[in-house]
Amino acid sequence: MLNIKNLHASVEDKEILKGINLEIKAGEVHAIMGPNGAGKSTLSSIIAGNENYEVSEGEIFLDGEEISEFAPEERAHKGIFLSFQYPVEIPGVSVTNFIKTAINESRKANGQEEMPANEMLKKIREKSELLEMDRKFLSRSLNEGFSGGEKKRNEIFQMAMLEPKIAILDETDSGLDIDALRIVANGVNKLKNENNAVLVITHYQRLLDYIVPDFVHVLMDGKIVKSGDASLALELEEKGYDWIKQEQEA
Amino acid sequence: MELKEKLISSFMAFEEKVDVATELHDLRTSALKNFETKGFPTKKEEAWKYTSLNAILKNDFSIFPKKESAIEIKDVKKYFINDVDTYKVIFIDGVFSTFLSSTTHDGLDVCLMSSALTKPKYKMVIDNYFNQIANKEDSLTSLNTAFAYEGAYINIPKSKVVEKPIEIIYFSTGNEAALMVQPRNLVIVGENAHVQIIERHQSLNENPVLTNSVTEIFAQKRAIVDYYKIQNDVQTANLIDNTYIAQKQESRVAVHTFSFGGNITRNNLNFYHQGERIDSTLKGITIIGDKQHVDHYTLVNHATPNCESHQNYKTILDGNSTGVFNGKIFVEKEAQKTDAFQQNNNILLSDKATINAKPQLEIFADDVKCSHGCTIGQLDDSAMFYMQQRGIPKKEAKALLMYAFTSEVTSSIKIPELKAKIAKIIATKLGVNMGFDL
Repeated sequence: MLNIKNLHASVEDKEILKGINLEIKAGEVHAIMGPNGAGKSTLSSIIAGNENYEVSEGEIFLDGEEISEFAPEERAHKGIFLSFQYPVEIPGVSVTNFIKTAINESRKANGQEEMPANEMLKKIREKSELLEMDRKFLSRSLNEGFSGGEKKRNEIFQMAMLEPKIAILDETDSGLDIDALRIVANGVNKLKNENNAVLVITHYQRLLDYIVPDFVHVLMDGKIVKSGDASLALELEEKGYDWIKQEQEA
Repeated sequence: MELKEKLISSFMAFEEKVDVATELHDLRTSALKNFETKGFPTKKEEAWKYTSLNAILKNDFSIFPKKESAIEIKDVKKYFINDVDTYKVIFIDGVFSTFLSSTTHDGLDVCLMSSALTKPKYKMVIDNYFNQIANKEDSLTSLNTAFAYEGAYINIPKSKVVEKPIEIIYFSTGNEAALMVQPRNLVIVGENAHVQIIERHQSLNENPVLTNSVTEIFAQKRAIVDYYKIQNDVQTANLIDNTYIAQKQESRVAVHTFSFGGNITRNNLNFYHQGERIDSTLKGITIIGDKQHVDHYTLVNHATPNCESHQNYKTILDGNSTGVFNGKIFVEKEAQKTDAFQQNNNILLSDKATINAKPQLEIFADDVKCSHGCTIGQLDDSAMFYMQQRGIPKKEAKALLMYAFTSEVTSSIKIPELKAKIAKIIATKLGVNMGFDL
């Protein structure tokens, strides 16, 4: 589904990604772990099309189509979703109106009619219940005055509404208390199926207790230096990252 | 003949149609003298440093429209707040339109300045209020006073809560090649009374118009006044708005100014405090482009203790447009425990757009809370990326972001129909249809 080949990227002439190779198939859950500054968030931003980063080499394929020149909204229309580490506040625009606009823009881009109002309402109700969101929450301005946990829950709500092919969760666990973490993870697990995929980007193993990955990759200094199964995450939690560094140097 | 000379010589013609043996006319005569001495302001004056009237004054403006003109309702309906019943005081080329208006004397006065200035029953009110708070030194205000004759007269008695908003609209039809109009409004809001007023100036074609308007507003004890100014005029319309507000104790007055159009717009907005625990709000949204120019020149004169003022102006400039914000807060020695807040945020969408922002705080009391903040920036990249990531195209994302930028101002519009109308105008200005009412 998502296939990244030899990806190099830089920001302001500083190379941050130094040749990433990653293949994610439908139905899989991948996790990327790594110390601060390894390039985890850069990778997620680049997949989503952030124009502040320059891809100097390599390719990104989504269902066989090379997308590295596509605008962020085009990638979104094709099914890429990024749950932001720091979601942006948009005063004056309600959660409901924002998600309606997002859904209908995607539908428009894909040659579909706007979603009928009753269908939209039903879906909003269903997905907000899944994320255990208060109804009042939906009429509040997007992310304005939301707690860290509310922002993350709102990100996963939007993901649930947009039903992406591939969802990238960038440090979704940061700022979440244990209850919110459970709700968010439960939401992700319920949305997971054979036709979509999830890429979890995290510093800690905590979230992976709830969203169990099929593959764990360690990103260090712009490269994936080790891959394994879910047990690798536990090992990292226990031993930290230094041993991998030493293993690399040896 | 230059406009100044033309105005001075027109005064004699004006005197033929009004009663000159009145105190009112003495006011006019001395106001004319002040204008004659000072003339139109130039960029040499500090207060007019960034706004030049020179190019406008070259037009050969008619001072009095020669013929009456009629307007069909269907042609101007879109300028009204249609979804709610309102009182209406409507003028066409400076002349009152009975046909389009809906005035009242039933429990409150919503009528004409020309009646109020001439009928004996209004004499006491006129003597007490007319030209009492307007700045007699100001040349443009004086020019308006000299020709003061027509406008809206609104007098709300004690404890009256006016259920319907009042719309004051000045249309110009373009019957004259170029027209100068000088509306004079007087608004008196009694103790505990409450009123909502919407003022608009609108040209119906491209012939140049210069409006030099003066509005005096008196808010008595605990009165609540919500005043909205909609400035979304054609590119050849110029507006100088001089508004003077006197507030008595515990009154609350809010003025929202929406500047979306016109050629040159200058808003002189002045608040004077005459009692304790007064609350004043000055908010504005300016969204302009091309060569448009909007200048907000505000004054809040804190003269009494324990009062608050809140200013919040948002500006979005595109093309070669120019914005000016000069916000003066004056805190007199007696005005202890003043809480004055001023915020001015500007976004420049083009390299050729200019903003001149100048906060001016003069504080003579020692126990006060005054703050001001001014920002000038471009649209936030990370917010753009966030919205695009959700599938919202660049243009729409930009529009949503600009709408969000103005929301601190739109959020305090108390008339829902007006709020919807303003949101619609903003969406039109930004060239988007969001598929929902912003």
